[in-house]
Order: sequence, then C-alpha cells, then structure tokens
Amino acid sequence: MQLKASGLTCNRGGREVFRGLSFGLATGEAMVVTGRNGVGKSSLLRVIAGLVRIAAGRLILEGGEPDVPIGEQAHYLGHQDAMKPSLTVGENLQFWSRFLGDGRAVKPALEAVDLAELADLPAAYLSAGQRRRLSIARLLAVPRPIWLLDEPTSSLDAPSQKRLAELMRDHLVDGGMIIAAAHGMIGLERACELKLDRA
Amino acid sequence: MNTFAALLIRDMQLTIRAGGGALMGALFFLIVITMIPFAVGPDLALLRRIGPAILWLGALLASLLALDRLFATDHEDGSLDLLMMGGMPLELAVATKAIAHWITTGLPLVVIAPLLGLMLNVELHATGWLALTLAAGTPALTFIGLVGAALSVALRRGGLLLAVLVLPLTVPVLIFGIAAANAAIVGPTPFGPPFTILCALSLVGLVLGPIAAAAALRHGLE
Amino acid sequence: MPVIDLANPSRVLVIVNRLLPWLVAVTIILFAIGLFRALNAPDDYQQGATVKIMFLHVPAAWLGMLGWVIMSISALGTLVWRHPLADVAGKAAAPIGAAFTFICLLTGSLWGRPTWGTYWVWDARLTSMLILLLLYLGVIALYWTAEEPGRGARAAAILSLVGAINLPIIKFSVDWWNTLHQPASVFRIGGSKIDPALLTPLLIMALAFTLLFVTLHLASMRNEILRRRVRSIRLLQAQKFAEVSA
Repeated sequence: MQLKASGLTCNRGGREVFRGLSFGLATGEAMVVTGRNGVGKSSLLRVIAGLVRIAAGRLILEGGEPDVPIGEQAHYLGHQDAMKPSLTVGENLQFWSRFLGDGRAVKPALEAVDLAELADLPAAYLSAGQRRRLSIARLLAVPRPIWLLDEPTSSLDAPSQKRLAELMRDHLVDGGMIIAAAHGMIGLERACELKLDRA
Repeated sequence: MNTFAALLIRDMQLTIRAGGGALMGALFFLIVITMIPFAVGPDLALLRRIGPAILWLGALLASLLALDRLFATDHEDGSLDLLMMGGMPLELAVATKAIAHWITTGLPLVVIAPLLGLMLNVELHATGWLALTLAAGTPALTFIGLVGAALSVALRRGGLLLAVLVLPLTVPVLIFGIAAANAAIVGPTPFGPPFTILCALSLVGLVLGPIAAAAALRHGLE
Repeated sequence: MPVIDLANPSRVLVIVNRLLPWLVAVTIILFAIGLFRALNAPDDYQQGATVKIMFLHVPAAWLGMLGWVIMSISALGTLVWRHPLADVAGKAAAPIGAAFTFICLLTGSLWGRPTWGTYWVWDARLTSMLILLLLYLGVIALYWTAEEPGRGARAAAILSLVGAINLPIIKFSVDWWNTLHQPASVFRIGGSKIDPALLTPLLIMALAFTLLFVTLHLASMRNEILRRRVRSIRLLQAQKFAEVSA
C-alpha cells in the first residue's frame, strides 16, 4: 500500500495554505510534518482525511480499497477528543468503534491505554491526559491503515508519551502508516520529516 | 444498520443524560401555552377557538429552539469530523441525528399536547386529533430546522439566527397543520387532504432536509 | 443537638436513617385516619361527594407552597451561611414541592370537571399554582443542566430567592388579571364558614401531607448525600488511574 500526493494545494478561508506539495509514504513508514505555527500542518492532515477539499493536485492510496475514500481508511486524531462528558468512557469508545468499524475490540483498546478500570466512569471525570488516551484508544479499536495524528503528544505525560510511541511502532510493524503533525520527532525516530515553510 | 443504531442510541442518550435537556422543549411548550391566556384573557370560548392555532405555534417555537445545539456540540468537540469519516454517508448520519432529536424532543411535545389542549378548553376527544396532527407535522419542523442548525454551525452563529433562517420555511407546515387540526375539531372541511399534505411535507423534509444540511456542514467545515 | 453536628453529612445520615421508619409509620397512620374521616364526612349540599377532592387538593396546595418556602430558606443557607446541607435540602425539596403542586393542579382539574363542566378554568388560584409549578420545573431544570453540583446549587439558590420575592407579585397580578375578566371566582374553597365536620378531617389530612413531605424530603436528602459521595469516590477513582502503568 502506498499513499501518494502530487502537487497538493490547499485553500482555506480564501488564503492559500500550501501549494504543490508532493510526497509518498509506503506501508510501515511514518512521516512527521514539522514547521512553524500556521504553515498548514493541521490543514495537510485534514486534507488527507477528506475533511478539507483539495484545491489542486492528486492524492491516491495505491493498493487500498479503490471505492472507499481515503478518509474512511484513515483515523484522524485532532485537537479535540470527540468524547462526550455525559457518556461513560466505555460508551464513548463503544460508539466510535461501532460507528467507524464493527464495534469489536473495545476492551483490548481500553486496556492498551490503561483505561479499562475506568470504563464505567463518565468521561467528564477524566483529566485532559486521560481524555487524550481515550481518543488514542479509538485508533486501536477500529483497524484502519492510515493514522493522521495532530500533535498527538499534547497533554500527555512522559509515561503516556512512551506508551503512544510503542503503539505507533506496533501500528507500523503491522503494516500501517502514520502521518503526524508535531514539533519534534515524538518517538518516531525512523520517520522521515516533511518540513513545511510559508509559501 | 449497526452504525445507524449506534448513532441513534448515542444521540438519544446524550439528550436524556444530565445536561442534555430532552424535556426542555416540552417545558418551553408548556410555558408558552400558559402565557397565552394572560395575553388574550381567560375567556374559554375564545381559547377553544384559537386553541389549535396556539398549540401549533407553541410546538413550532419549541421544536425550533431545541434544535439550536444539534450540530454545535458535535462541532465543538470534534465529533463532526469523525462523523464524516465513518462509512455512513453524511446525509444519512444527519438524518439519523434528526430522527433521534425528534424522538427525544419532538415526541414529548406530541405527548403533552392533549394536556395543554385541555387547558385551552379543547374537547377531550379533539385533543387526540390535535396530537395526531402534531405527530405528523413536527417531523417536518425538525427536518426543516435541521438545515438551519447546520447553517448556523457553518456560520458559527447560533440562537436567533436559526429562528430567523428557518421560521419562514415552516409556513406550509403551519398552514396545513392548523387546517388539519381545525378540520378535525370544528369542521366543516374534510380532515383528509390537509393531513395527507402534512404527512407529505414531513416525508419530503426527511429526504431533502438531510441533503441540504449535509451540504451546509461540508461547506462550513472547510 | 448542637448545630455543628448537622454540618456533618455522616451524622445526618445516621439521624435520618433512625428517624425514617418512625416517620413512615406515623404518616401511614395519619393518612388512614384522615382518609377514613374524610370519606365519612358529610356531602356538600350543592356539590355532593365531589367536594371530598378537597381533602387532597387543599393540603397539596399548602405543601406545594411550603416546598418553595423550604427552598428559599435553604437558598439563604447556601448563599449567606454556606451551610453544606442547605444546598442538599434545597435540591431535595424542589421535585417534592413540584409533585405536590402537580397533585394540587391535577385534583383541581378533576374537581373542575363536575363543578365547572370543564377540566381547566383559568381561575386565579389554579393559575397561580400553575405558575408555581413552572417555577419549580425551572429550578429542577437548572439543577439538571448544571454539570458541577456546587455551581448548580448557587444558581438554583438565586433563582429560588428571586422566585420567592416574585411569587406574591405573580399572585397579585394573576388575581388582578382574573377579576378583570370575570367578576368572581366560580366558588370559594375554605374561608371562615367551613363546617367543623369538614374542617377536622381536612386538618388531619393536612398534617398527614406535611409528614409525608417531611418523610420524602429527608429520604431525598439522604439520597442526595449518598449521590454526592458516589461522585467523589468516582472522581478519586479517576485520579488513581491518572498515569499509564509503565
């Protein structure tokens, strides 16, 4: 499987965010998108996720499901955690697991981020770091090849960052791909770096 | 079907749980109806004559005001992004949210309408007919309001904008809803035609509302 | 008993648990006597047996109003003295007061059917009670919407006090609005001319209703204290798993 972008251009709010971006990413590879604030790191992830229209250029996933949009073969971990405070931790994850996939593997996913003990607690009781871990559990509950992570380590403490790095490595070993927007290498030492600069 | 049920149940849970405000619409309905006699006087004959119209107006306002936050919370916490990345077409997801919303906020209006009818001196048997017209017509209000809720998220403005955008669009529902209710209660015009048109409006709304709302959301999220 | 003891929720739980069975027993006995006396009271020469709805209707109205009084006092306790139990008392009183107000409206409406020939008349007393119910529902909705108990308590306390000041004004305006439109109420409840044969059962019923209110209120306060305890236990539980196991 290979994700190929050529001449990717993105406009948001009448402003050109980036232009003519090309890259390729194969199975088991990771890419870290770096650059100053506002150069379009988040926009690039949202373009790949299918949440922002591509103004020009092409984006294809070779070897993926041909009839399914790339967004539906990818996980998007944005700044917000998409979890409802009034639902329990388990219910939140169960919902996304059923909506995005087949609804299985909720329990192992919670265990992987050490939240299984809190499954019956309303998500409102969680700290910012715990909420972040809950949204990371979503990536594990539904298998999708591409992970799009927007500053995934924010509000995570050192042990949780280490756990995230392990989970990302496992995903790559299983033949996944990761594109992360970050300011450092966030534990992906073998990843290539895509440095965005103001157009 | 699995995804549909998952989204339907989640949205219903969210409105029923603390802070969801499922019955707020019904409470608003009750308050609006209570205020009317203070404005027009407690004359029972008059209240009976204008009762169906007042109930319909109250239900219209109650179902629109409750729609305000339908997409806003999902937008603010990032859920809307993920709803677009599921296997379910956004139109269908939007329709599912609307159905869940109608069950938790529209249906209570239909249920308490007979009680409010009695307070406006509408005959007991007639209140049943009234509730029937509301049951057939309030889904149309929800589906029309859906478009307004999507637009207000796209424009990042809520509250009154929704009412301003949507109220003119609900005129046909109001006309045929009250026509059907009056036909059932006082006659002499037949009940069938306005009631069937009312049902048709709801069905058309079910199809067109989600398409328009999904387009508004897609456009607004960019 | 020193006041300091009442500030301790655990102590209150013990007292309430000891009191409740006795209160329940006395309430049941009083209801039995009251209902028996009420059923055997003479019929009204105009209204016949329907007048007996009064024995439920009038006490329910009193307690509906008493509920708001309790809420207002609790509100003062929350805002002025910041007593930890005041907010619990206020929150527990709201649904019970609303329930009694609703019973008052329901029985009034059932009474109205044979008397006025319709289930609902915009009579000044009933209408005032309806507004009271709406205010109750507002307070309950406020408690329900607030995510954190403390903030909801202060908001509800302010609303209770505003309501307490407003209720006499509402009562006055509704009376004025009503007399403006219709010369006099269709009939009057109470007054000084009530027959002693009706008065005694009415007073017994009022006492029974009051005890029922107190019983429900104490039980509901106990539940609220326990509910808050569950909440803090769960918050502690969430903190315990703040980190991933390395």
